[in-house]
Amino acid sequence: MNIVANLPVLVIIIPLISALLIPPIGRLNRTFSWYVAISATFLSFLISISLLDTVMANGRISYRLGAWEPPWGIEYVVDYLNSFVLVVVSFIAFIMTVYSKKSVEKEIERSKIPFFYSVYVLLVTGLLGMIITGDIFNLYVFIEISSLAGYTLVAMGKKRDALIASYNYLILGTIAATFILLGIGYLYMVTGSLNMGDLRERLPMLYHSKVVLTAFAFFTVGLSLKLALFPLHIWLPNVYTHAPSVVSAVMAATSTKVGAYVLLRILFSVFTVEFDLHSVPITKILLLLSVLAIIAGSVLAIAQTNIKRMLAYSSVGQIGYIVLGAALANQLAMTGSLLHILNHALMIGALFMVVGAIAYKTGIEEISGLKGMGKKMPLTMAAFTVGSLSMIGIPLTVGFVSKWYLALGALEAGMWYFIPVILVSSLLTAIYFWRIIESIYFGSAESETGHADYALVHNPHPVFGNRGDAPLGMLIPTLLLASLCIVFGIAAFIPVSVATQAAVMLLGAN
Amino acid sequence: MDIIQSAKPLYAIAASLIAIVPIGISHRRPNLRETWTILASLVKFSIVASMFPVIFSGKVIEYPILTVLPGLDIKFRVDALGILFAGTASFLWIVTSFYSIGYMRTLKEHAQTRYFIFFAATMAAVVGAAFSANMFTLFLFYEMITLCTFPLVAHKQTPEAIRGARIYIIYLLGSSVAFQLFAIFLTYFTAGTLEFSRQGILSGKGSDVLLIIIFILFIAGIAKAAIIPFHNWLPAAMVAPTPVSALLHAVAVVKVGVFTVLRVIFFIFGTDLLHHLNLSTIMAYFVSFTIIVASVIALTKDNLKARLAYSTISQLSYIILGAILLTPSSMVGGIVHIANHAFSKITLFFCAGSIYCAAHKTEVSQLSGIGRKLPWTMTAFFIASLSMIGVPPVAGFVSKWYLALGSLEAREIPILVVLLASTLLNAAYFLPISYKAFFEEPEKGYAGNSHNDDTHGHSDSHGHGDAPHEEIREIPMIAIPLVITAIISTLIGIYPDYILSLARDVLK
Repeated sequence: MNIVANLPVLVIIIPLISALLIPPIGRLNRTFSWYVAISATFLSFLISISLLDTVMANGRISYRLGAWEPPWGIEYVVDYLNSFVLVVVSFIAFIMTVYSKKSVEKEIERSKIPFFYSVYVLLVTGLLGMIITGDIFNLYVFIEISSLAGYTLVAMGKKRDALIASYNYLILGTIAATFILLGIGYLYMVTGSLNMGDLRERLPMLYHSKVVLTAFAFFTVGLSLKLALFPLHIWLPNVYTHAPSVVSAVMAATSTKVGAYVLLRILFSVFTVEFDLHSVPITKILLLLSVLAIIAGSVLAIAQTNIKRMLAYSSVGQIGYIVLGAALANQLAMTGSLLHILNHALMIGALFMVVGAIAYKTGIEEISGLKGMGKKMPLTMAAFTVGSLSMIGIPLTVGFVSKWYLALGALEAGMWYFIPVILVSSLLTAIYFWRIIESIYFGSAESETGHADYALVHNPHPVFGNRGDAPLGMLIPTLLLASLCIVFGIAAFIPVSVATQAAVMLLGAN
Repeated sequence: MDIIQSAKPLYAIAASLIAIVPIGISHRRPNLRETWTILASLVKFSIVASMFPVIFSGKVIEYPILTVLPGLDIKFRVDALGILFAGTASFLWIVTSFYSIGYMRTLKEHAQTRYFIFFAATMAAVVGAAFSANMFTLFLFYEMITLCTFPLVAHKQTPEAIRGARIYIIYLLGSSVAFQLFAIFLTYFTAGTLEFSRQGILSGKGSDVLLIIIFILFIAGIAKAAIIPFHNWLPAAMVAPTPVSALLHAVAVVKVGVFTVLRVIFFIFGTDLLHHLNLSTIMAYFVSFTIIVASVIALTKDNLKARLAYSTISQLSYIILGAILLTPSSMVGGIVHIANHAFSKITLFFCAGSIYCAAHKTEVSQLSGIGRKLPWTMTAFFIASLSMIGVPPVAGFVSKWYLALGSLEAREIPILVVLLASTLLNAAYFLPISYKAFFEEPEKGYAGNSHNDDTHGHSDSHGHGDAPHEEIREIPMIAIPLVITAIISTLIGIYPDYILSLARDVLK
């Protein structure tokens, strides 16, 4: 059997099988489960790179599951757009797995560690599947896989609040999935097809059908819930706050991004850009919601005292950027939107990893506890600083690149009034991040004993006297993501070249 | 115009950036650490100086680094305006380094390693800004300066210092992100490029209204130029140690502000376009307002550093005024004032620091009779004040002369009146200080609690109360640098040709 030809399915199969293998292997030795998870995600990452490479060289790849011809069989399609997202997600998943070892050992009960990794790898499988599939029912299946895995992982958080957060997430996530399923059902009802490429050809003549419009509405609402577009974000802050550190990091960096990707797919690949612009007022609605998301997310982030919750609201705002770029529906803005999928994944990933490292070392989760942390964990805090500056959008960081494209895209669309929105949000972002930077480097050390008390209350096994950075296993992945925030801010042409191609593809003829 | 490809601008920037590493490593051995700073400043200045002959021969040095995105290049170009600014800045860094060592050690300041690291980083960014070939590169270094100077402003880490630094960053980062970046977006979208060009890049593109909006956004976005109402950060930043204030005021921050304004006026818009848009007169009156109001506020300040801060705000607007009047003489006057003001103002701040280190005095009213104890300092202060006022033969006269000529060329008599009024005001707030220092008797039994400065300056750790028993005398490491800068101020005034010809090169 030719391995290269089967890469599109192997990217799913490898983590899927690993997820099944981890529990029995974990019985032998708990660390083995980590090794399996790391190999699975690493292989997926390698395959994704190879797929991206092939797509860049030869164009679109179509893979038929079980050699069934589309539209009857399930087709996996790899093009500029999803090979790009695939690389981003599998890379983040891999890095997070490397990072997870120490953090998981500390935050998850020992006997549950193999189970944790099993579900974790399932989450990754679901996300990768959502990206690669070219079949909307298969998409639904993967959405459910990733969601169920997500609910479970969130529930493994230490405090009881994690259960409530997970439960809320479960309810809303299920509503979202149901909406998506309804949408799929309606589309199938009128077209008899589940293949995305096929649907794209069949749908235009049905654009005036009420059924199609209903399906479209269900899709949009369901996916907006999944990607936590304001005001459907209410599940997100609690989830990110109470989930185990690694899970918050992974979900913030990948889950919502994949949701955004799927929304783009439905809006621009299953339906066409003409439909979005002319038949339904969807772009106007999304523009409005994204502006609300950007501003509300930033404002709410300022109000937070818990650092994970602050990052969660910040993510709500950043998701707004992705949707804004998509809804402007021109090439520059779309490029910005796609870039932001990568850029935000790097930034928020690095930031959540720093937060996890702080929690690992000190148990601190409140912003007020971070005073003087710059001295105690210099490298970790350096990563935090880079991530923050990037969020603010300082030139030569990835945040600037996204904003540059979004702003030019807004001008291109003749809607200059979105630029103040972007800039105001940058200012708000600067406020809530600078506040932290100031306190970690310049906060007076008088309340040092204060932290100790705080940490004692909230952390049964404090690691005091253990000043210094997080263990290398956590530190290196964190620094890697943080440095990529700069690398891709300077060598921006690398992701830009892919994102531009993807944007052209989404907006043009498929 | 001949273009020479050379990596020298990059080396000039790298010289201080690389020095950060050895400075950080030798943090346990202060003498070695300071050797690195001095070494880096000397190397930096030599590299910048080595480019002078090339620029004087009418050539331009270019060095592209990389293209971040289409249209966003990091690229260096050394032209007359850039070399004037970089030369001033890198020379003053040498002097300030010696002064810093004297100041920081006399006061036994904490975190000196951090101080020298960020000082070096700031200087790298300043020279980077001077050599930027396009608005993107300039913006990049502009932001880098803001971030690198924050630790210097917040140096003391007292609640007061943190508050001052916070105002500092809110004004500078806030305005640059909200307005300057907006202006850059619009400029790029309208002109399709951000590359500086002597003819301007916006002429003939976009509607007049759009261009005026871009101009206003630029002016609002360059808060470093401290035009009222974007000036409040400057007095707030006075909480910094004095060498930092000196550097901020003379070269690093405020001068980058006016330098950026000049780049925008001459190289983004171009003189012809500004004539066409009729922005010249309105803007000239706008900055005239700053010149007068800042001087009046300076009169009311008893804290020496605060008075100097408002003086700076007023003087910066001279530079912008000169540029925006758009006549040959006024533009020359504005450009030479970058260097003239730098040397004079740094002298004044050095003197303020010297007074503080030697006598722990921060208020003007405490300075009676200090001239006898600190003759070198107060003489230098007097010379630099003359320059600020614009008395020949000190440097400031040259700028004022050309500015006055320019206002006549532009047929703006009110502007001439503004210049003269400001001269009177300058005299009114500077000369009493020298008078007090030399001709008034020291107050007997001064206990030091009559003037507690609480918003500006150094009150916190070193009370002024212990002064009477301590002998007040010059500290060589502090006095020598300020004498040097005072002498240079005078020399520029006597031999202005060198700088004038550079300024004319800018306008060629």
